[in-house]
Amino acid sequence: MTAAAATAATTAGRVVTRERVLGVGYIVIAILMVVFLGGGIAGEESKFGLNVGPRPVIPLPDLVVPAQLTVYLLAGICAFAGVVQLLRAGVRWWAVLLGIVAVCLVAAFLTWAAAGRSMSLVGLMSQTLQRSVPIAFGAFSGLLCERSGVVNIAIEGMLLCGAFAAAVAASIAGNVWVGIAAAIVVGGFLGLLLAVLAIRYFVDQIIAGTVINIGAAGLTAFLSSKVLVALPDLNNPPRFLPDKIPGLGDIPIVGPILFTNSLFVYAMFVLILVIHLALFYTRYGLRVRAVGEHPIAAETVGIDVVRTRYINVVLGGMMAGFGGAYFTLGSTGSFDKGMTAGKGFIGLAAMIFGGWTPIGAFFASLIFGFADALQNRLSILNVGIPSEVLLMVPYIVTIAVVAGLVGRVRMPAADGKPFRRE
Amino acid sequence: MRLELHGITKRFPGVVANEGVDLVVEPGQIHALLGENGAGKSTLMNVLYGLYRPDEGEIRLDGKVRTFRDPGDAIAAGIGMVHQHFMLVPVFTVTENIMLGVESTRGRTGFLDYKTARSRIVEVSERHGLHVDPDARVEDLPVGVRQRVEIIKTLYRKADVLILDEPTAVLTPQEDEELFEIMRSLARAGTSIIFITHKLNEVLEIADTITVLRRGKVVGSTRPADTNQGELAAMMVGRSIKLVVDKGPAAPTEPVLSISGLSVRDDRGHLAVDSLDLDVRAGEIVAVAGVQGNGQTELIEAITGLRAPLSGSVRIAGSEVRAAPRKVFEAGVAHVPEDRLEEGLIPGFTVAENLILNTYYLEPYAKGLRVQRDAIVATAGELVDQYDIRTPSMFNDVGNLSGGNQQKVIVAREFSRPIKLLVASQPTRGLDVGSIEYIHKRIVEKRDEGVAVLIASTELDEVLALGDRIAVMYQGRIVGILDPSEATPERLGLLMGGAQLADAIGVMPPAGPRPPDAGSAGVAPSAGGGAR
Repeated sequence: MTAAAATAATTAGRVVTRERVLGVGYIVIAILMVVFLGGGIAGEESKFGLNVGPRPVIPLPDLVVPAQLTVYLLAGICAFAGVVQLLRAGVRWWAVLLGIVAVCLVAAFLTWAAAGRSMSLVGLMSQTLQRSVPIAFGAFSGLLCERSGVVNIAIEGMLLCGAFAAAVAASIAGNVWVGIAAAIVVGGFLGLLLAVLAIRYFVDQIIAGTVINIGAAGLTAFLSSKVLVALPDLNNPPRFLPDKIPGLGDIPIVGPILFTNSLFVYAMFVLILVIHLALFYTRYGLRVRAVGEHPIAAETVGIDVVRTRYINVVLGGMMAGFGGAYFTLGSTGSFDKGMTAGKGFIGLAAMIFGGWTPIGAFFASLIFGFADALQNRLSILNVGIPSEVLLMVPYIVTIAVVAGLVGRVRMPAADGKPFRRE
Repeated sequence: MRLELHGITKRFPGVVANEGVDLVVEPGQIHALLGENGAGKSTLMNVLYGLYRPDEGEIRLDGKVRTFRDPGDAIAAGIGMVHQHFMLVPVFTVTENIMLGVESTRGRTGFLDYKTARSRIVEVSERHGLHVDPDARVEDLPVGVRQRVEIIKTLYRKADVLILDEPTAVLTPQEDEELFEIMRSLARAGTSIIFITHKLNEVLEIADTITVLRRGKVVGSTRPADTNQGELAAMMVGRSIKLVVDKGPAAPTEPVLSISGLSVRDDRGHLAVDSLDLDVRAGEIVAVAGVQGNGQTELIEAITGLRAPLSGSVRIAGSEVRAAPRKVFEAGVAHVPEDRLEEGLIPGFTVAENLILNTYYLEPYAKGLRVQRDAIVATAGELVDQYDIRTPSMFNDVGNLSGGNQQKVIVAREFSRPIKLLVASQPTRGLDVGSIEYIHKRIVEKRDEGVAVLIASTELDEVLALGDRIAVMYQGRIVGILDPSEATPERLGLLMGGAQLADAIGVMPPAGPRPPDAGSAGVAPSAGGGAR
C-alpha cells in the first residue's frame, strides 16, 4: 500500500514538474510577446494579402488588423494557456496547449512583421508548400531506405547530384523531362553505391553516407566551377513553370496555394499517396517493413532481405535525385554549388518527426518549409532583423523539433543494422 | 510426410558441426532430438530448413531427394520451424506476422487482403485448438501465445514436418502442458514433429522416438519406454552424470540480506517489483521461481545496486544499499548476472582480464595508476586451474569460449572473493548437463561455507534442486514461500501463473514426504507424489 501510494506521488510529482515548466514557459512567452512584439507598433495596422496573381477571378479584400491589439490578444491566449497548464491540465491536454501557443506565437510574429506594411499571407503559404518540396522528397528518400533497414544520410549528396544532373541534361537536350530523367538516374546510381557499400561490404552506413555527401559536394563544386563556368550554356536549363489547374486554381486562397504549382508539387502529392498505400497496404510494403524491423524473421519466411534492401535503397536514391531536380528545374533555373544548403539533412529530420510515415513526413516538411519561406519573406520585408539571423531560422526549427522528439518516436527496429546470413 | 536425413555433414571453419548424421522421422511421429549445447542440433535443423547447405548428405521427403537453397524452398516443401528465439515482428499484428511471405492479395494488384488471411488464420487456429486474437499486436502478447502464433504460422503454410527448437525454454509448466497437448493433437493429425530439447523429463513424457546427438554425431536412438533420465544424460555427455545435487540440510543463521517494502520500476517505467519483503539468511539458498518478466531481473538489479529502487530498503549485512555497484561488491556481494555476455563479461577482453573485472583497481592488481600485469596473470592462472576453465590460454577472448566455460569465468571471479551474499540470476541458462552439475555443486559449497544465497531461476528443476526455501514471484510480488518438501512442480507452476497460495495448496493433495535432497536436476513429472 505504502509503495503504491509512493508510486502515485512520484508519478504525480514528475508530471507536476513538467507541467509547471511548460505553464511558466507559456506565460513568459506571453510577456515577451507583449514587450518585444507589441511594444513598438502602437497605432499601426497589419495588412495581410489574400490574393495572388494579377487578376484573380474572385478577388478577396485584404485582411487588415490593428497590430498592437492583435498581438496583445494573442499574448493573452498564450498566458491563458499557461494558466490552464499550471492549474489543471491533464496529460492529454499538453500537446494541444503547446500547439495553440506555437500558433499564437507565429501569428503574433507575423502581425508584428507586417505592422505598417502589407504581407501576402497566401503568397507565404504558397511559398511554404514550394519550399517544402525538396525537404519532402528527401524525407521520402530517407524513409524508403530506413523502412528496409538501411540508414540513408546521403540524401544531401543525392539532392545535390540530382540538381546538377538535371541542370546539365535539361540544358543539353533543351527539354525538362530529360533533365528529370537524368536526375532520377543519377540519384538511383548514388543509391546503388550506398547499397553496395552498406549491404554488400558492410561499411558503416553513417560513414558510407557521409562519404557520398562529401564526394557529391566536391564533385559538383568542381564541375560547376571548371565546366559550367566555362560553358554557361550547360547551366541554362528550361524550367517547369507553375500550371494552374483549370477551375480548382480559381478558388480563392486554396487555389493559388494548392492548385497553381509546378510538376514537383503535384508529384509530391501523388507520391505521398503512392508511398503510403504501397508501404501500408501492399505485399511489397509488408515485406519491406518486416525486413526493416526483423530481417532474420523475414528471411525465415522466405523473403530475400538483401534484394529488398537493394531495391529500396535504389528507389530512395531515385526519389532524392528527383527532389534534387527541383532546385534547378523547379526553382532557380541554374545550378549553384552547395545550393541544397542542408535540405537533405532537414529532410532526414522531417522523416523522423513524421515517424517514418509519408504523411507525417509531409506535414513535418511543411513546418520546415514554412520556416524557410518565412525567413525569405522577412528579409524581403526588411523587418530589421539581420539577414544572417533570419537564415538560421529553418535550422533552429530543425534542432528544436528533433530535440523535442528524441525518444518519442519509434524507428524501424533493424534500422542501420547490417544483415549477415549466418 | 516421411522425412529422411542421410549422412548429413556440415563443416564450419575449424569445426565439424554435423558428421554423417542419419535421421528418419515417420509421419505423425514426435521425434525428440536431444543433445548438449553445441552438439549440432541447431545446425542440423538449419540445414533441414534451408538456412545452411550441407557439405555432404541428402534430404529425402517421402523418398524423394530434395535440396533447399533457402528457407522459402523448405517451406514450399512442407517444412515449418518454430525457432527458439521467435521470428515474429513485434510491431506487426498476428495476422500480418502469419501471412508474411505468403500474403493473400486482392487479385494481382499486390494489395493485401486482410479479410481472407484473417479467416484462414481463424480456421487453422480453431481446427487445432490454438486460440489467438488475429488482430492483436505481437508485442502485446505473452510468450506462450507468441509461440502459438509461430505454430499457426507453420500450419498456415501447410507444414507436414514441424521443427520445434527448445520450445519449452520460455514457458511455465502449465504452458508446457498446453504445448504438449497441441503437439499430440498435431501428431494425431499426421504432422511429423521434431522436438529439440535438452530437458530429459520432457523427452520421456512426449517423444515417440529419441535421437541423441553428441559432438555432431548421432550416438544413439531409443524409445522412452526403453530408457531413463540417467541413461539419456550419459548418452548426451558421454559419461555418467549425477542428476541429483548432493545437498545436506541447511543450517541458516542470521539474515544477511533484508529487503523490505521494495518497489522498483522497469525500463519502461512500469512497477516491476511491488512492495516486496524477503530475508535471506547466512547458510541458506533462497530460490526465486517465476516466469520470466515478473520482476526478478529488476529485483536482482536493485539488490546489486544496478537500479535505483523507487521505495523501500535493501540491507546487506545491516547496511543500506545505494545505487553504487562497486560499494555493493565491496560489501561482500557476488553477482552472477542473468545475461553472461551482456552483463557478466566483456566478450572482447581476455579470460585473465575478465577474471579481475571487479578487483582490477585494488592491490595487488593495481598500484597507483599502473596495472600490475604479473599479479593478474598469477591470479588468473590459479583460477583457470582451480575452476577448470577450458580455454586454450588465459589470453584468449572470453567471447570465444563455450557458454559453460564463460559461466565458469564468472563463477571463478565472483566466488574467489570473500563474500557474504551470492546473488545469481539464471545461473545455468543455456548450459549443458555437465556444466549445470558443476555450477550447482559450487553454489551448494558456498552455502555450506555460510554464504547467504539468492537464486532467481525460471527453471523449475533448478529451483527445486537448489532451494532451501522457494519463493514464487508473480507480477512483482512474492506470492508464496514454500518449503522444498511442499513444493511440487504443479504447485509452483500454479503460483507462477498467478494462483493464490491457498488455492495452489488446496487444489493439489499434499505431496508425500520428500527427502531433503529430493530436488533433482531432472524431476520427472511423477515426482509430485502422483498428483498428475
